[in-house]
Amino acid sequence: MVFSNKTFKFIIAAFLVCLSFTGFANPTQDTIQTPTQTTAATAHDAHGEEAASHETHGEPTDLKSKIEAYKMHHVLDAHDFTLFSDEAEGKHYGFPLPIILWDNGLQIFSSSKFNHGESVAESNGNYYRIGHDEKIYKVDGPTGELTGDHHHPTNVKPLDLSITKSVLVMFVVAFIMVWVFTGLAKSYAKNGGISAGFGRLFEPIVLYIRDEIAIPNIGEKHYKKYMSYLLTVFFFVWFLNIFGLTPLGINVTGNIAVTAGLAIITALITNFTANKTYWGHIFWMPGVPTPMKIILAPIELLGVIIKPFSLMIRLYANIFAGHVVLMSLIALIFLFKSWIGGSLSFLLSFALSTIEILVALLQAYIFTMLSALYFGSANEEHHHDEAHH
Amino acid sequence: MEKLVNDFSFGLFFWQMLIFIGLIFLLKKFAWKPILDSVNEREEGIRNALLSAENARKEMANLQADNERILQEARMERDAMLKEARELKEKMISEAKSEAQAAAQKETEKAKAAIASEKNAAMAELKTQVSSLSLEIAEKLLKDELSNKEAQVKLVEKMLGDTKLN
Repeated sequence: MVFSNKTFKFIIAAFLVCLSFTGFANPTQDTIQTPTQTTAATAHDAHGEEAASHETHGEPTDLKSKIEAYKMHHVLDAHDFTLFSDEAEGKHYGFPLPIILWDNGLQIFSSSKFNHGESVAESNGNYYRIGHDEKIYKVDGPTGELTGDHHHPTNVKPLDLSITKSVLVMFVVAFIMVWVFTGLAKSYAKNGGISAGFGRLFEPIVLYIRDEIAIPNIGEKHYKKYMSYLLTVFFFVWFLNIFGLTPLGINVTGNIAVTAGLAIITALITNFTANKTYWGHIFWMPGVPTPMKIILAPIELLGVIIKPFSLMIRLYANIFAGHVVLMSLIALIFLFKSWIGGSLSFLLSFALSTIEILVALLQAYIFTMLSALYFGSANEEHHHDEAHH
Repeated sequence: MEKLVNDFSFGLFFWQMLIFIGLIFLLKKFAWKPILDSVNEREEGIRNALLSAENARKEMANLQADNERILQEARMERDAMLKEARELKEKMISEAKSEAQAAAQKETEKAKAAIASEKNAAMAELKTQVSSLSLEIAEKLLKDELSNKEAQVKLVEKMLGDTKLN
């Protein structure tokens, strides 16, 4: 697998440049032209996601609160895919997604019925409303309102299995992965054992995961059965992280449910493939005095839960924080409303989004690396006797 | 922590698990296994090619050493043959020489023996002639004695003198 170093660098550089243009071009232009009366509107226009809906629920309308609300909404999942919205006209550009609820039978309807949180949706005589936390609540009738405060309504929540924005993006990423990697797999046979095509770009990464992550951490003997999971989780997290950096307003890996799912699978694989030595180390640590063994057992047992928990929090917090900081910096452009402040924030957000690309790769790497490390500990050979006797 | 629990959406979790586990199995069957197999096969191929190249190199060196050895052996054999031939030649010459010598000696011995026997025969003949001569003399003497005593004595004396001279 050889490709010119220069070309590769050029592609990366071009990608970086394009990313900043698509992501931040509009806000920068707006600051330069400074149409002050519409700045707030264009802010939402550029990244907009149901910003207009807040006003109808009696939210504060000053710029700072709007930015806060916008950030809150961005990092949450959404029941429709809004590309941008026009606050002045209250229009949203995007497409609705299917809502699937389990509430006395399956209820399937389009999210367009919610009218971006403004109206009550009706399905088979049941009435639903979307809260500010992007969750669906059941209301009494066509004019029903949510009870309790805005962010924690006390209404009944039906089981929500909707194809939300994040689910849709995960499906897209899954399709891309299947397409890219089956393409790569097929290219070997076609090309006499040498990869070809677009998937070829990822072959060195596949080899890196095998040679630098799986084999050193798990060992030559056992690494093969974990390769499928390690490769899948690496590319899944990486692609989702990269998707999160596009200006489509996606935040999948910065969602606790997603990282929890990944961490749970790592934990399940670790504990179900663990050998006797691993459990021996947890319940009856060899080589320490008996009272210590009794003290260590609950600590080690706690470690079984803490390990995947740290995986979950690490990925979630990194991506979530990255998105929030990046959006805050972009929001600064609209708060400054000046040439100097605007360009400064632009440069800062550009620099940060460059770092975020690195973080996207790094977090995928760390998740894979630590998973491999846990699998390795589950497969450790019994060699402590020599060390202690 | 409360925010985390609040943010947790079961629907998303459900779909994520479904998509992700599905993806693992799908990619395992259609991507990772063939990719890793092909890569392994390729690496194995490279390793084998390197190994066989190394073997070929060794074999070449062996062959060269063999050639050298065979050449050396041939050279030695040639030298040995030449030496042997030279020895043989010398041996033949010396043998022929000694044979010729022996034959010459034999001839001389034979000649000597012949000479000796001839001599002996001649001596024997001389002896018989001498004896017959003596007899004749004696006869003549005897005859003369009968006729002339003087003459007889003279003759005997003369004869004796002759014999002495003889």
